[in-house]
Amino acid sequence: MIPIEPIVEPALAIRNLVKRFDRPAVDGLDLTVRKGEFYSLLGPNGAGKTTTLRMVAGLLRPDAGTILIHGVDALADPVAAKSCVAWISDEPMIYDKLTPLEYLEFVAGLWGIEACVAQARAHELMGWLGLGAQANQRCEGFSKGTRQKVALAGALVHDPSLIILDEPLTGLDAGSARQVKGVLRERVAQGGTVIMTTHILEVAERMADRIGVIAAGRLIAQGTLAELRDQAGRGVTSLEDTFLALVAEQAAA
Amino acid sequence: MSHPGTLVWLARHESRLAWRDWLAMMTAGGRWRTRSVALTCLIVLVSMHLLALSVVGRYAGIGDPDKATLVTITGCVLMSWSLMVSQALESVTRAFYTRADLDLILSSPVAARKVFVVRMATMALSITGMALLLAAPAINVLALRGGSHWLVAYGAVVALATSAAAVALALAVALFRMIGPRRTRLIAQIVAAVIGAAFVIGVQIAAILSADTKLTTTLLSRYALPGSDAVVVHAPEVDSVVWWPARAILGDLDALTAVLAGGLAILIAAIVLVSRNFADHVIVATGATQAAPQRVRAAHAFRQVPPKRMLRRKEWTLLRRDPWLLSQTLMQLLYLAPPALLLWRGFGSRSEAATLIVPVLVMAAGQLAGGLAWLAISGEDAPDLIATAPVKASQIVQAKIEAVLGAIMLAFSPLVLALALVSTWTAATAAIGVLTAAAAATTIQLWFRAQARRSHFRRRQTSSRIATVAEAFSSIAWAATAALAAAGSLLALVPGAVGLIVLACTRKLSPRGA
Repeated sequence: MIPIEPIVEPALAIRNLVKRFDRPAVDGLDLTVRKGEFYSLLGPNGAGKTTTLRMVAGLLRPDAGTILIHGVDALADPVAAKSCVAWISDEPMIYDKLTPLEYLEFVAGLWGIEACVAQARAHELMGWLGLGAQANQRCEGFSKGTRQKVALAGALVHDPSLIILDEPLTGLDAGSARQVKGVLRERVAQGGTVIMTTHILEVAERMADRIGVIAAGRLIAQGTLAELRDQAGRGVTSLEDTFLALVAEQAAA
Repeated sequence: MSHPGTLVWLARHESRLAWRDWLAMMTAGGRWRTRSVALTCLIVLVSMHLLALSVVGRYAGIGDPDKATLVTITGCVLMSWSLMVSQALESVTRAFYTRADLDLILSSPVAARKVFVVRMATMALSITGMALLLAAPAINVLALRGGSHWLVAYGAVVALATSAAAVALALAVALFRMIGPRRTRLIAQIVAAVIGAAFVIGVQIAAILSADTKLTTTLLSRYALPGSDAVVVHAPEVDSVVWWPARAILGDLDALTAVLAGGLAILIAAIVLVSRNFADHVIVATGATQAAPQRVRAAHAFRQVPPKRMLRRKEWTLLRRDPWLLSQTLMQLLYLAPPALLLWRGFGSRSEAATLIVPVLVMAAGQLAGGLAWLAISGEDAPDLIATAPVKASQIVQAKIEAVLGAIMLAFSPLVLALALVSTWTAATAAIGVLTAAAAATTIQLWFRAQARRSHFRRRQTSSRIATVAEAFSSIAWAATAALAAAGSLLALVPGAVGLIVLACTRKLSPRGA
């Protein structure tokens, strides 16, 4: 049983979310993410993690259910909801023919950020992510890691209060991954909320305040690492063992 | 059974890939479409034979050719050959820059030279196959009506295609060595477009410039230039080697043997010479694509603009910086050169010549807008970014439409303004026609939008055949409407209505209208 939490205006509140393709991808999902927490969403392939997050980001329309982002109904008022959200997927969404600075200017323009604020923030982010040398080069020759960093800078340039990341560390080298993780932790320390799916359990174990486990489109467990261990029982210690035990339990049910 | 790593084994592998690639392009990946594609091919084949019958059927009885006949046939041969060279050049450039399986090939213990020999031969084969396919209806019709000696023309087509492939190989490598891997990609695209259009356009321009009679007469008869008296007088005598390709087409076995041997020899020589360093070139080319920190621009101050304007600006920047698009656009704009020249020549004297330009402008605008709209609407490289931005979907679509129509206006305004100096009415009809055709093509692209990478621009036609055909019919209908309106005829209402019907049917057939 998942405990009901007394939360006032969470960063994200999902209720009875349903999405069907040829089969139910998300099946009556309830999920709450508190303001200022790092929430990691885990689950086996095809569990519905990406579909859920794409619905939150406004990239997919759910068949049923509600999504509240900072109290704003994302389905009724998508523009207002999107204004405080950033979405990053494992495939960096950037334009080959633009330079990182031009890209950041474009993103800031879409989010209606004041030019002087956006420019200062863009330079700050480029410095943070070690992109200074590439600031005025077209993105077409960049490595996967550099592209992902540009995408991350784009996501942060409009100062979102909720950052949603779908497997953001896929294909990144250790240095780039550490930089990205550092930036995300910094955002949480400043009061931002981060929701991230990952298959790298060690990352979830180290970074997440709370972890949610999805299987077959439903949330089967949620809590801190210690709480999840308790739910999994049988004296499991690592998140990997806990995760596998919870998924196996769900599959057997 | 061939041994792995041998030329035959590699050739089998390449032909299997080429076949599947072609099949995927024709069926757009849908297995269920294979049968309908076969049926469509059959219908196209029959239609092409019927068309060939009406166009070349009457020439089946040509016996001993005179100089005028040889000039005309050679003109047609040159035109076809330039198109083959253009096609081959594009294939070679693709072989240079497409990574695909190159990592696997270059890291395997198979000699890279062997692989590229097969790859170049496959490219030559595909060019030859395409040329044969296009020439077959005409040759078959001539053979049926005039006798089996016409079948010799198949050999002449092979000779032309192989020599075109050889020239393209040499040209690509020469460009690569002269201007380097980064520039070659863009320049080769442009050269391919120019070569493809050069002969057709050159003939038109020459006809316009050489005309001292009525411009309209010139315009209508310019396609007959290769056979015109002036050319015939200055052409070499009938026994010159210049006419061997034409003679080979007419069934002269000696000429055929010579041109076929020549074509194959040039191709083999090109492959042998080029394959020596081809692997090195490919490595350099892929390296250039990988690490291409292009033009470093000075930092600029961010500007505060509304999202819609920002979207428009982004579209224009991407369009401007897209070398693939540049060559495609150039191809379309090249065809505007003859009407522009005609306009210049006719300025101040003849408004009737200006009327003849209107449909060309409108047709070109429709086609160009279709391409640009595909890039802006379907070829969005960051769809998730745009979809997650706090901007209304309608505003995004509006901005993209404005970007396309803005580009069209920019490209066509000078010509329309020049028209206005000749005839205000003609310019007005041209302007309305250009905008209508562009808007119609953009609307069709909106109805059939499907997410794709910009780099897949070359294959945009395969994603929806209905959209492609509708775009063409719509452009033709609006071109006819504008032409008749420019001539002051009320009959303009008829093609106008056809244009609207085309749009209505397309809407009905589109995924968004179903």
